[in-house]
Amino acid sequence: MSRVGDAAARGIDHGRRRLLVGGLTAGGGFLLGLPGLARATASAAEPAQNMDPSGGRIGFFVELLPDNNVIIGVAQPEIGQGVRTSMPMLVAEELDVEWSSVSVRQMPLGIVKTADGYTWQYGGQGAGGSTSVSDNWEFLREVGAVARQMLIQAAAARWGVEPAQCRTEPGSVVCEALGQRASYAALAPAAARLPVPVYGPDEKPPLKDPAAFRIIGKPARVKDARAIVTGAARYGIDTVAPGMRYAVIQRCPWLDGGVESFDDSVARQVPGVLDVFAIEGPKPGEPYLVLASGVAVVATSTWAALEGRRALKIEWSRGPHAAESTESFWRQAETLLEGPGQVVRDDGDFAAAVAAAGRVVTARYRVPFVSHAPMEPQNCFAHVREDGADIVAPTQMPAGASRAAAAVTGLPRENIRVEMTLVGGGFGRRLTNDYVAEVAMISQRIKAPVKLTWTREDDLQHDFYRPSGLHEMKATLDAGGRVTGWTQRLASAGKYYRRPDVKPEEQYAAELYVDDFPANILENLRLEWFELQSGVPRGSWRAPAHTANAFAVQSFLDEVAHAAGRDPLELRLELYGHSRDLPYGQHGGPVFNPGRLSRLLRHVAERIGYGAPRPAGRGVGIASHFTFGGYAAHAVEVTVGEEGALTVERIVAAVDCGLVVNPLGVEAQLQGGTIDGLSTALGLAITLRDGRIEQSNFHDYPVLGLAGVPVDFETHVLPWGDTPVGMGEMGLPSLAPALANAIFNAAGVRIRSLPIGDQLQWALAG
Amino acid sequence: MIEFQVNNNLVTFDGPRDTPLLWVLRDHLGLTGAKYGCGIGRCGACTVHIGGEARTACTVRVATLAGAEVTTIEGLAPTAGPLHPVQQAWIEEDVPQCGYCQPGQIMAAADLLSRLPDPGDEDIARHMRNLCRCGTYVRIRKAIHRAAALLAEARS
Repeated sequence: MSRVGDAAARGIDHGRRRLLVGGLTAGGGFLLGLPGLARATASAAEPAQNMDPSGGRIGFFVELLPDNNVIIGVAQPEIGQGVRTSMPMLVAEELDVEWSSVSVRQMPLGIVKTADGYTWQYGGQGAGGSTSVSDNWEFLREVGAVARQMLIQAAAARWGVEPAQCRTEPGSVVCEALGQRASYAALAPAAARLPVPVYGPDEKPPLKDPAAFRIIGKPARVKDARAIVTGAARYGIDTVAPGMRYAVIQRCPWLDGGVESFDDSVARQVPGVLDVFAIEGPKPGEPYLVLASGVAVVATSTWAALEGRRALKIEWSRGPHAAESTESFWRQAETLLEGPGQVVRDDGDFAAAVAAAGRVVTARYRVPFVSHAPMEPQNCFAHVREDGADIVAPTQMPAGASRAAAAVTGLPRENIRVEMTLVGGGFGRRLTNDYVAEVAMISQRIKAPVKLTWTREDDLQHDFYRPSGLHEMKATLDAGGRVTGWTQRLASAGKYYRRPDVKPEEQYAAELYVDDFPANILENLRLEWFELQSGVPRGSWRAPAHTANAFAVQSFLDEVAHAAGRDPLELRLELYGHSRDLPYGQHGGPVFNPGRLSRLLRHVAERIGYGAPRPAGRGVGIASHFTFGGYAAHAVEVTVGEEGALTVERIVAAVDCGLVVNPLGVEAQLQGGTIDGLSTALGLAITLRDGRIEQSNFHDYPVLGLAGVPVDFETHVLPWGDTPVGMGEMGLPSLAPALANAIFNAAGVRIRSLPIGDQLQWALAG
Repeated sequence: MIEFQVNNNLVTFDGPRDTPLLWVLRDHLGLTGAKYGCGIGRCGACTVHIGGEARTACTVRVATLAGAEVTTIEGLAPTAGPLHPVQQAWIEEDVPQCGYCQPGQIMAAADLLSRLPDPGDEDIARHMRNLCRCGTYVRIRKAIHRAAALLAEARS
């Protein structure tokens, strides 16, 4: 087997983990509340100091209030994945407090300058790759455990006993021998003055036996619910500051185009318009700091800025991609697949498998560009001064926000404060901080605080879209209908486009995850990648390449089963087999256990009545996929009318995300991921004509509404083992192929191109 | 100068008469519960009640509002009083994920229940056109049924 460039395949969390580890050696005594840090700084001879020795704050994360309520800091950005509930659950469990006494405080970006760069102050911060729960599972429990230990120490000192003679009950320390009890609130000032316990390299603060968990594993509702339902919750777009200006930008509609000239004479007469100036975009092919060239309008209100923008007359240069269209893109893909590609995995001998095969099955699948379209369009606040800057950003990557602002302003990053708001949806869009760079440019220029707002049109037309690609699948069958070989040849416009840190030969790693099924299961396996040239900006879209590959692989598996005269469920169960660990070198590894997919498939198949007879036009499909350490399966039941009308009658979704931290949160993510998969498969695509994105708002980018979601919708959570993985992405990838397989089962029409759109009407009504 | 009521307070606006209500609420009155999502009345994130009926604030020009009564999510329940049953149901069913669209969803649901106190699933599907990118629709449906039950309880 040959592989290239595994390093590039590492996901975001690996980078964050690396930095977190780096922080342990470099961050020094800043990191109280990071027990691992106290451990690592023993050699630095700098004892960790408490941040607030006079008050009730113990370290960065825990603040005990006089009324015995507790505020727990959350370092991760909340994008709807539920971290402002799940992260404090981890701390509260080990701190030993009542969950109802917990409220949540969003922490700003915490970075510390070191000799050779910057390191994390509060541990890694970011929302990507479904890693918050897995990355913080040990760490935040240790934070809670250390704070609890310090409260016990304070009580023991007060009562003149050994800490071992004390224990905690929720919110208080108890010494039974003395019949003493003290609330955390009463102990907090003394505990906060204690030095942080230092642990040796092989020591850890004692953690609870999972059997004793009182908070982890119990359903917890969203902590912010009351603020959200009363309209009090603050998102980035709600930011206001004294003297704040409002800005919008008219961006060039042509990919990599530019501003030739503009006439702002009318725009400047619009009441409230204060300033108009050009924003320089990236050079073609170079890394993106901002996405596009444009003209900024600054005004005294959002509406004045929009009216000013409407009055602009701009001559655009059309840039190098003005001839690109969706048609030319697919022609290029077809041509590429005629030749050889980059072989990124080559197990056994696929050519020999073809020569020996009783039958070769082949099919091609198309996956379109799609947009993130979070409900909150991009926006950001900045106040850039001579000596520093304040950024308030709805972002998934606050450190990236800091880097973007520093790149624009030239200010040192330690002088740039980044506050995080609630975020009205991320889906990967806000991993990139181009809007931070834009607003920093504007604020620096006008020397005033300013909020930049994108319209929906801006947001749909200027995105880092999910890569589009053409997948050629081939499988070999022996005389007995057994699969003997498999190949996937993918021509795609890769996600690592214009990323300066990824070599050309490593671009494939964001498109094909080489250890995905059927790797290490089928002996003869060959994966090939072809780079499609396109001017369309690309980025991470919820569950990145898994959405495309699950559709191709799990649809094709059905086609193979039908070609072999076998049942699709039975074939999957044979291939997945029993519970065992296979090596998995990409994000979500180090192992992949296909038996966990078997378990989920059996479960959804039983729930949907897989083998039951159904009337004509009605059918069932199944699919399953391993995503970033989590396992999911879907069973979908549909009716296809004689003229092609599609009704999704029923969805059964199941997930195995290891140990469950918050059952309500896991269910929410499974429902949401499933519906995201359904919405995208049914109707969403970004298309190009003459180098411009064609879609502009929800009328032509029809995100699914409630009416499209079946009432008969089940979710099942099957726990596994003693460690959790995240849930932000795993619920999505297997929905689209399960739906396509159900359509084939119902109507005999094979969906090989997404979105489904009106393909059934064309296939059946004609 | 245009005078109208927002959450039972008299407000005046002397800016451009074609300003959409949404931006008057957000930028001039500091009421940010109604959210901008599309600007063309398709997503419903800015849903408010005007004269008791659900409307998308992004498509209502302030000039048309002289003397009108506008209720936003901030005014759905009386200040310092209990939550509106729809808000209560939203919490109990743990509806929000990112939460951005939920004020609009709640205003739309409150409007539905004021006209149809016990809606069936088909009524809900027909009426609830607001978009949610997180896909909270399963729980929205449950929360509307729960709110209907809470309202029925309150009436009896």
